[in-house]
Amino acid sequence: MAATQSIAKRTSTQSNFVQWLSRLPWWLLFLILAGIILLYQFLTNELYSVILSKLTQGIVTTIFVTLVAFTCAIILGLIAGLGRVSRNRLIFNLATLYVQVIRGLPMLVQIFYVAFVLTPAFFTVLNAIGMALIPVLGETNFMLTSNTQDVTLLARAMIALALAYGGFEAETFRAGIESIGRGQMEAARSLGMSYVQAMRYVILPQAIRRVLPPLGNDFIAMLKDSSLVSVLGVRDITQEARLYVSASFRYPETYNTLAFMYLTMTIILSLGVKWFENRMGKNGRGS
Amino acid sequence: MGAVPNAKQPMIVIKNLVKQFGRVDAVNGVSLRVEQGKVLVIIGPSGSGKSTVLRCINHLEVPTSGEIWVDGIHLTHNHKDINAIRAEVGMVFQQFNLFPHLTALDNIMLAQRIVRRRNEDEAGRMARKQLERVGIPEKADNYPGQLSGGQQQRVAIARALAMNPKVMLFDEPTSALDPEMIKEVLDVMLELAHEGMTMVVVTHEMGFARNAADEVIFMDKGVIVEQNSPEQFFSSPREERTQTFLNQILR
Ligand SMILES: Nc1ncnc2c1ncn2[C@@H]1O[C@H](COP(=O)(O)OP(=O)(O)OP(=O)(O)O)[C@@H](O)[C@H]1O
Ligand SMILES: [Mg+2]
Repeated sequence: MAATQSIAKRTSTQSNFVQWLSRLPWWLLFLILAGIILLYQFLTNELYSVILSKLTQGIVTTIFVTLVAFTCAIILGLIAGLGRVSRNRLIFNLATLYVQVIRGLPMLVQIFYVAFVLTPAFFTVLNAIGMALIPVLGETNFMLTSNTQDVTLLARAMIALALAYGGFEAETFRAGIESIGRGQMEAARSLGMSYVQAMRYVILPQAIRRVLPPLGNDFIAMLKDSSLVSVLGVRDITQEARLYVSASFRYPETYNTLAFMYLTMTIILSLGVKWFENRMGKNGRGS
Repeated sequence: MGAVPNAKQPMIVIKNLVKQFGRVDAVNGVSLRVEQGKVLVIIGPSGSGKSTVLRCINHLEVPTSGEIWVDGIHLTHNHKDINAIRAEVGMVFQQFNLFPHLTALDNIMLAQRIVRRRNEDEAGRMARKQLERVGIPEKADNYPGQLSGGQQQRVAIARALAMNPKVMLFDEPTSALDPEMIKEVLDVMLELAHEGMTMVVVTHEMGFARNAADEVIFMDKGVIVEQNSPEQFFSSPREERTQTFLNQILR
């Protein structure tokens, strides 16, 4: 805040018009112009409009993957983040293991790993348990009858993304929690609250408010990374584009359209995040 | 000042308290007792261990060795006991430590609701009563960021009082305040003392010590150097170190 104020003071000496010009979001105007040109193509050029309607078939999947995986990532991240600030060494080490493994692996590799190693391994274990429990549950218990194929590649892709982003969000939440002064926890404890109560009613409400902007940015990143699910054949907009290209060889038109779709979504979202940040800054009462 | 007769058990007993932070001996064998309704003032140079003694009393710091009783209850590592004792021991910090995301009223209600399990009405009534007591009933709906330092500290005192504590601990409650706000906080504390609240106060406000203390302790390097009545302490201290310190701060 202080920085923007001092910049504002400096420029106030310049003429109003120069100031107005320099303040225009030129990058946005440029993008809007490019977008308008593309829009014109969609309306007038038959090839473009065919491609657009093809790719649009994947938009629900893209949005669905993003929303579901991000929601799960937030929950995972909150749990792991609390683990990272825990004084319980076991919990702390488990959370740290998770975070470090996630941070050390490329997301693409994580997706393959979850889809083709962890999921089958999970069912191997589950089936073994089901086998052992035949005397109790009978031969048709779900643990025995379920198998890897029951989990669609879409679901595996979302699990992988959720696990990956959960690891990042864990660090976001940890940083948020640690940014709240020690005095807050002490004041809460001195009033007789337990650690969990102090977290729940005093620390987290403040910490979450602080991490909302970074979470918003991560949501945008998730939207982009959701394109990785195409490697599993999940038909999001990226996969639709790849399919169309492989049949038509219309590279520029297809990828122009794909880029247009992602940019439209990410820019609208990032403007939303910015607006939200400004609003928070104005009536922010957090100290 | 002590309105309560002394037949009852002491409110705080500390025996041979030692607290080390790594290699630092913050407190090095402190023993003291505070009777019900009495006011104990602790003074001493920076780093002498005053805060550490105070924070051990409600187990914000875990003593390295030594024993502490609060209202007859022996402080051990049992979490239930510790939370129970903390609810009986109000603490006021130098930096106020109000919860910035809650209004003054909600600051005072929160622990009443979840620790004392009072219902909304009851907690709200108590909160307003305590705000009245510290002289700022009109600030109930303000957030801490909208209050002056002196007002924040008074809300913090009200927050502690709303739990009906048996003893109040103050750790340099006026040190972070602008001079013109010190008095409004000291006045509240003086009134508390006159009402018979048991208090342990770390402060450099000698006026408060003279007017409110039943006993003054001077600490240096983790030990109690002198323990005396305020009259004696200020007019004819026994120890030379006390004299030197007093000369420094009363200059
Ligand atoms: N959490 C901690 N970790 C490490 N050392 C600490 C910690 N808290 C206190 N100390 C050390 O213990 C000693 C006593 O500290 P304490 O805060 O009790 O002093 P004090 O008398 O309250 O001083 P002040 O007037 O500056 O508040 C100091 O040397 C301090 O550096
Ligand atoms: Mg101190």
